[in-house]
Amino acid sequence: MKVTLRYPKRQVEIAGKRRVKDLLRELDVIPETVLVIRGSELLTSDTVVGEDDEIELRPVISGGGVA
Amino acid sequence: MKCRKCGEGAALELRRHNAAFCSPHFLEFFQKQVREAIRHYRMFPPDTPVLVAVSGGKDSLALWDVLIGDGYETAGLYLDLGIFEYSVESKAKCEAFAASRGQKLIVERVVDAVGAPIPEVQKVTRRPTCSACGLSKRYLMNRAALEHGYRVVATGHNLDDEAATLFGSVLHWQTDALARQSPMLEATHPKLVRRVKPLYRLSERETAAYAFLRGIDYIVEECPFAHGATSLAHKDTLNRMEEASPGAKHNFLFGFLDKARPVFERAQDVRLTECVRCGQVTTGELCAFCKLSDRVRRSTGPGA
Repeated sequence: MKVTLRYPKRQVEIAGKRRVKDLLRELDVIPETVLVIRGSELLTSDTVVGEDDEIELRPVISGGGVA
Repeated sequence: MKCRKCGEGAALELRRHNAAFCSPHFLEFFQKQVREAIRHYRMFPPDTPVLVAVSGGKDSLALWDVLIGDGYETAGLYLDLGIFEYSVESKAKCEAFAASRGQKLIVERVVDAVGAPIPEVQKVTRRPTCSACGLSKRYLMNRAALEHGYRVVATGHNLDDEAATLFGSVLHWQTDALARQSPMLEATHPKLVRRVKPLYRLSERETAAYAFLRGIDYIVEECPFAHGATSLAHKDTLNRMEEASPGAKHNFLFGFLDKARPVFERAQDVRLTECVRCGQVTTGELCAFCKLSDRVRRSTGPGA
């Protein structure tokens, strides 16, 4: 599967199918810090993603100045 | 994973609530949390016009979306910080959002008020960029609200923002900051408007999910100056704690608001006055914004 990450924006190829929670652990991503997106849907941690999937891990953390 | 309410496939798991929701029921949950925040702190009555400070990011646009949906009279306020392509893109997102919903968008430029855009301000003052930026935002939000006749400004601060700010204040025992931290800052002077944070009950991940599921086109890229910001380090620490112990951020913030903040608030006694230069509210003779502006103009003006 193709997995898109940001900061910096890059794409990694992962072989085989696995649960989202295992994918995040493998990529060392804290689940609380991303949305896991496949097309127009959000995926929960128990969803199994497979070989043909294109997944985006969109960061949700914004920071800097406090207004 | 199934939706707690209808049993359909879930779109989002909320571990701190030990729940998962499908898309429609998550949106319903989100809107209820905003309504509860407004009700609990009596942030503003239904007929009060609200100025929503928008950055083009997920939080402020999600907040504006909920308030519009609930029938509030709103306008957006975009502060153009002059941060290169980032500001150009974020302003375009706000303009597109406002136009698509038939809402008014007020734009204020930092360069007009301070004499230079944020990247230049940072060079002159040598303060952390986020510090000068935050100071400018607070000042301009209040001034713009007064000028346009709004008594309430709503910002998109979420649970993670508030927990990270609290964490930073506790680490340094900044008791004055602890006294001031609240989802609602009352107008304590005729020239101050009320500032409210209706998203304080919702995590950053929840606001991002709301924006995504509502199809809101927000700026995903991070501000180029945020890299290395202390607040991000604090958020990272808190998110690692959250991973090990779901609900940690919520308990930290809500415990403070319920049990500790009143103690710090009672200890705080500040006399407010008006800046001799601009007339805005301050605790000294010259306000922090005018001091900042003076330094910028001295360094960038003729003869600098």
